[in-house]
Amino acid sequence: MSGNIITRRGLLAAGAATVGSTLLTGCDPLFEGQSMRPLLDFGQWMSLRAHRLLLAAQPLVREYTLADISPDFPPNGTEMPDGTLYFEFMISQFANWRLKVDGLVRKELSLSLDEIKNLPARTQVTQHSCDEGWSAIGQWTGVPLGYLLQMAQLAPEARYIVFHCLDEMTEGEFYYESVDLFDAFHPQTILAYGMNGNTLPVQHGAPLRLRVERQIGYKNAKYVTRIEAVDRLNPIGGGKGGFWEDRGYQWYAGL
Amino acid sequence: MALSEQSAVSELGAAAGVQAAPAQREIIYRHTVVVRVTHWINVLCLTLLLMSGLKLFNVHPALYWGNYGYRGAPTFLAIDGMIDPETGQPVGLTRIGDHIFDTTGILGVTYDSDGRPRRGAFPVGVTLGADLALARDWHFLMAWALVINGAVYLLFGLFSGHFRRDLAPAGEQLRPRHILSDIWNHVRLRRPRGEAAKRYNVLQKFTYLAVIFVLLPGMVLTGLTMSPAVTAVFPFLFDLFGGRQSARTIHFLSANLLVIFVLVHVIEVALSGVVNLMRSMITGRYVIKPERTS
Repeated sequence: MSGNIITRRGLLAAGAATVGSTLLTGCDPLFEGQSMRPLLDFGQWMSLRAHRLLLAAQPLVREYTLADISPDFPPNGTEMPDGTLYFEFMISQFANWRLKVDGLVRKELSLSLDEIKNLPARTQVTQHSCDEGWSAIGQWTGVPLGYLLQMAQLAPEARYIVFHCLDEMTEGEFYYESVDLFDAFHPQTILAYGMNGNTLPVQHGAPLRLRVERQIGYKNAKYVTRIEAVDRLNPIGGGKGGFWEDRGYQWYAGL
Repeated sequence: MALSEQSAVSELGAAAGVQAAPAQREIIYRHTVVVRVTHWINVLCLTLLLMSGLKLFNVHPALYWGNYGYRGAPTFLAIDGMIDPETGQPVGLTRIGDHIFDTTGILGVTYDSDGRPRRGAFPVGVTLGADLALARDWHFLMAWALVINGAVYLLFGLFSGHFRRDLAPAGEQLRPRHILSDIWNHVRLRRPRGEAAKRYNVLQKFTYLAVIFVLLPGMVLTGLTMSPAVTAVFPFLFDLFGGRQSARTIHFLSANLLVIFVLVHVIEVALSGVVNLMRSMITGRYVIKPERTS
């Protein structure tokens, strides 16, 4: 099967092609078109509300032992960002790279990788579930996002945390993701710089990636370079809270 | 099913003056309105769930066992299309364990109306959702509809006596002799008439009970096991099904069993009288054919 399963990027093109052919043939306008959008959005809202009710006590996802780590962990999406900037970061072992924390915070932060590694760390062995259907188990080490947000003194009007990434997906458009404060302050929501006991590999988002364990694959943004606290998502990117969300994917991806 | 409505209709033979005891054609009220409405909502839900589910499968057409599974990990079942290196022709392959089957034209590679090959586990014609995002939206919306509809049906079934009266096998139906004769009647495609037609036969009861209390709840629970948020609250779901990928595999296999159930169900309807059975599931009224005299 190796190499034969459709990739997310391939899917995007395939999806666009299918939409095109559907418009041409005019078949299935009810199910494939936008007329049922309010109903589908209602379904998403039901799932979000139900999950938030169930997760009110903020339980942790199951953590596995080192023996449970899967022999492989296929990278998905970008495996190495294009461009000279990332290349220079990479060859200098991210010595010049900095994480910015800004937006609705009282104290903006600019942290080097070493500074981040000196903050309190959490290590967890968890299951990564992709919306495509596969899953893998890996160990992640990083700083809890909640700790960074406390350091930056999050303003009371902040409602979402946006992750800006270094990988350019299309011309001038970089990967980004967002979570709300419910997930941002969950103890297992960390910014990881270590994987399976080693430094986070480039294909998995070096130097820093998000782990938001109660949501699926694409929420776990790689190559995070800036964390922005905002009160609403519509002024950012395509306005839906993430690169894939701007392309029709669900903002809440706990299922 | 208990509420019966007598309606004596003279048979053609009697009207023609033939010397035979006029047979009784009886109409009973077979399905309550709740059963009828939830049945048809279920038809819609299962159809859309199946179609969107096949699309979800197509995105990663491989099944695994255990907690993890990904490209390159040992598969339980995999479907894919590729180019045959010897002939240069597209070929659809389905692998179950160590056995590989050529399923070109049905699975892996299918041909569109213009005869062009199209790669994908299940043919586009049976899937719903132009892309993964839309398939997910439909699948989860219809899952909500199925669960709510199912809850209404289960509560009704429990409190109205529907389960006890119509689905629980009667004592004498459980005798081996009765079960064997019922199997024999099915083999001969012999339909019950008269009094026996007023209730479900024992194989029918077993099947409905299995679908209602095992297969459909299993679909819901294995589906929930794939949600990282739900398993944060109910981690025992992993243990119940042997891991997330096992749950996904069981979800797929159960969906296949449901498809087989629906096929048999529809064939049985076709054999037993489409008009009568469709009317009974729409208006509730069902005609009981008189007992055979010979």
